Amino acid sequence: MSTDHYIVLSAILFSLGALGVLIRRNAIVVFMCVEMMLNASNLAFVAFSRQAGNLDGQTIAFFVMIVAAAEVVIGLAIIVTIYRTRRSASIDEPNLMKY
Amino acid sequence: MNPTALLATSNTGAAWVFWVCAIFAVCGALGMLISRKPVHSALWVAFTMINLAVLYVALSAPFLGMIQIIVYTGAIMMLFVFVIMIVGVDASDSIVETLKGQRWIAILFALGLGGLLIGAIVNGLQGASEPSLAAANAADGGNVQGIARLIFTRYVVAFEVTSALLITAALGAVILTHRERYKARKTQEDLSVERFRDRYPAGEHPGNLPAAGTYARSNSVDTPALLPDGSAAPDSIPAPLVERGSVRTIDIQHLDEVHNLAQGDTVIDDDNDQALTPSGPADAAHTDESTDGES
Repeated sequence: MSTDHYIVLSAILFSLGALGVLIRRNAIVVFMCVEMMLNASNLAFVAFSRQAGNLDGQTIAFFVMIVAAAEVVIGLAIIVTIYRTRRSASIDEPNLMKY
Repeated sequence: MNPTALLATSNTGAAWVFWVCAIFAVCGALGMLISRKPVHSALWVAFTMINLAVLYVALSAPFLGMIQIIVYTGAIMMLFVFVIMIVGVDASDSIVETLKGQRWIAILFALGLGGLLIGAIVNGLQGASEPSLAAANAADGGNVQGIARLIFTRYVVAFEVTSALLITAALGAVILTHRERYKARKTQEDLSVERFRDRYPAGEHPGNLPAAGTYARSNSVDTPALLPDGSAAPDSIPAPLVERGSVRTIDIQHLDEVHNLAQGDTVIDDDNDQALTPSGPADAAHTDESTDGES
């Protein structure tokens, strides 16, 4: 399969992830959508790595996975902390810094 | 020839793998968007990630495919599921729009973004040569060895920095979710001291309650035990029985009868219960609760 098929798939997944970030209101689901966008970019990295004929793209994808793991740990900890104080996981709820 | 190399070289096989996994991945992403419950969304995302792992293998990146399954599907998504269980499985999304028309604008935005990405990148790929990683993978004896050489030579600084990042993230998660204990936890000794301190002002008896009475003619739980002065011990009857008013009375005459039997008097009068209505000392044997219940 040529690279552009994979890039189109990656772009579709990235757009769906962005759409989810915009329309979903549960903080955990929004977070999953961010993960989906990271995965889409990883797919693009791996596809371009094959196009370029070297392994640098795969190495970058590997680092993206590490950063995503760290990000998930911190993000979920923040969600749990907010849930403890506000009893809600909705992203419309935390508005204490609004005024 | 191993399966990975077969996937990477065989054209029809690669096409099949791509189309099946691509369609499944997009279905998973749509399912994540549509499902109302966060648990369903998490499972859809895990499904998408497994399909992406297969695509990585097809893109001659078997190491990343395995890492994708182990780290993403196995660790990250299961962490998501754990947090969903903490936060509450039933917390489904509200479908009320807080901003009017935001959903349509968002869909328009996503279409525009996808179109832009596809148009720009695919246009840039026009006339690209047929891609192959076979040479790069074979250079160091395999995909894993090739990635390892890059990580530990060209990207070694980034690799070291990620270790600091991971330690910081783990510490941060521990600190964020740590709940401070404002009072010291009570030890067994503290609890014991507290129990005996409550004895007098609050009247809480620290030991067991007195057992029900056991007599020659009755040992059921609704017969009260007798205190040394002949009165009934109030706590010796279970509270529900007292509440119901079904506490049996203890007649001194019964005790006398038992005493007579012990002396050799073998006459048992069946009408004892009617004949020996409480008089004099028997009154003292009535429990307070039973008289309340009967009156």
